Amino acid sequence: MNNEINETQDYAEVDSKDVPRKIIIPGEVIVTGEDYLPGEGTRREGNSIVAIRFGLAEEMGRVVRVIPIFGAFIPRRNNVIIGRVIDITYAGWLVDIDSASNAFLSIEESPRFINRDEMDQFLAIGEVIAAKIWGIKGKGIDLTLKAKGLGKLEEGFTFRIIPSRVPRVIGREGSMVSLIKEKTGCNIIVGQNGWIWIHGPSLDAQIKARRAIEFVADKVFVSGLTEKVEKWFEEGQK
Amino acid sequence: MAFKRSDGRKLTELRPMIAKVGVVPNADGSALFAFGSTVAIAAVYGPRKLHPQHMQNPATGILRCNYDLLSFSVYDRKRPGPSRRSQEISKVTEWALSPALYLESFPSSVVDVQIYILQADAGTRTAGINAASMALAHAGIPMRDLICSVAVGKNDKEVIIDLTKEEEDYKEGEGSTDFAVAKLANSDEFSLLQLDGKIQPEVVSKAISMAKDACIQIYEIQKKALKDCVEGVQNE
Repeated sequence: MNNEINETQDYAEVDSKDVPRKIIIPGEVIVTGEDYLPGEGTRREGNSIVAIRFGLAEEMGRVVRVIPIFGAFIPRRNNVIIGRVIDITYAGWLVDIDSASNAFLSIEESPRFINRDEMDQFLAIGEVIAAKIWGIKGKGIDLTLKAKGLGKLEEGFTFRIIPSRVPRVIGREGSMVSLIKEKTGCNIIVGQNGWIWIHGPSLDAQIKARRAIEFVADKVFVSGLTEKVEKWFEEGQK
Repeated sequence: MAFKRSDGRKLTELRPMIAKVGVVPNADGSALFAFGSTVAIAAVYGPRKLHPQHMQNPATGILRCNYDLLSFSVYDRKRPGPSRRSQEISKVTEWALSPALYLESFPSSVVDVQIYILQADAGTRTAGINAASMALAHAGIPMRDLICSVAVGKNDKEVIIDLTKEEEDYKEGEGSTDFAVAKLANSDEFSLLQLDGKIQPEVVSKAISMAKDACIQIYEIQKKALKDCVEGVQNE
């Protein structure tokens, strides 16, 4: 499996430095003044910008927005996710991706031709896949396996973190996850829905990788996290 | 002044409050809120898929609350399971919380709020609402504002805030009145006004302004708890 799949995230970088941040609760005034523009997670009320989510407030130029630090996964197009097959229907597979609606993987979207009679030989109920969301319409989410690095996840194990911490685990252009891969020799896939798959040469390496990811996901506020993780590896993972 | 409250509080004094966020690790958001010996915990799950399907609303997400007293929370063991009373309180809690939520971005889904009373000493619905509003914020649900809730009431002719069970059972003179109030923290919009007992129309405005002042104190406690829970994660 390859790293490329993590690099197309257009997500905000949580690791960037200089921008000051403070914790904001819903209904709290972030800034006052006509000059500001309400961004994600905020609304304008009279002269001020008010938060509508619990998280870190950030000013980028004139735009003020709130980066959520807790909360369920909200699917978006092009997200790479990890899910579990929960049903096989006539036209494809139903996949649980830990969000409000189940996702559907059409038989057409499998990487090679699959005979309808042999669908369970390719993906059986209970098996875990890494897939990409290619469309969200109405209440349905459509998945595809037609991209590099996607497919059935055999061996290894999966676990879950808070989905809003995923951008931090990936890091800028995948820097954080590549650091952990490099240090532990494990193969890691980070799903945007907070599910993470690890497969490594030994059990110790896998546990180390998992602990490293949990260490990163626990830190809400720290800037320069990549250096901190490097230090953490050197100091013997305390 | 002749009137004295049984626990020696001033007329406008709240019981000591405790607020904590993140008490249920398996929930998406959770909180604990206590007024003296009334303790409520709330857990929020979702937004998630709504079952039964006929309740789904394709225009917006819905809020579903469940309030219950745990069997050991009162002196005479409460028979577990839903009752007439708990169903009513679940419903009014839902109504009290929903004006603060933006659920339009989660069509056909549900946000489940479970409120359990660990210890009951009057004011359980208000403690439950306070806990639930913190838990919703903790779960990252888009909200207009936090909800603060408190009970005002009357013992004989005196308007008092945050009644205990003993005060709720007051029998002398005009007897006891219980008036549960919930409002949006940063505006004068009320989402719950539930009056039980007798009160003169001219006293109502006094009671409400007393509740407003109390909500300011409650809001500060809720705010502090939410902000501290992030600090705590950082210090680990």
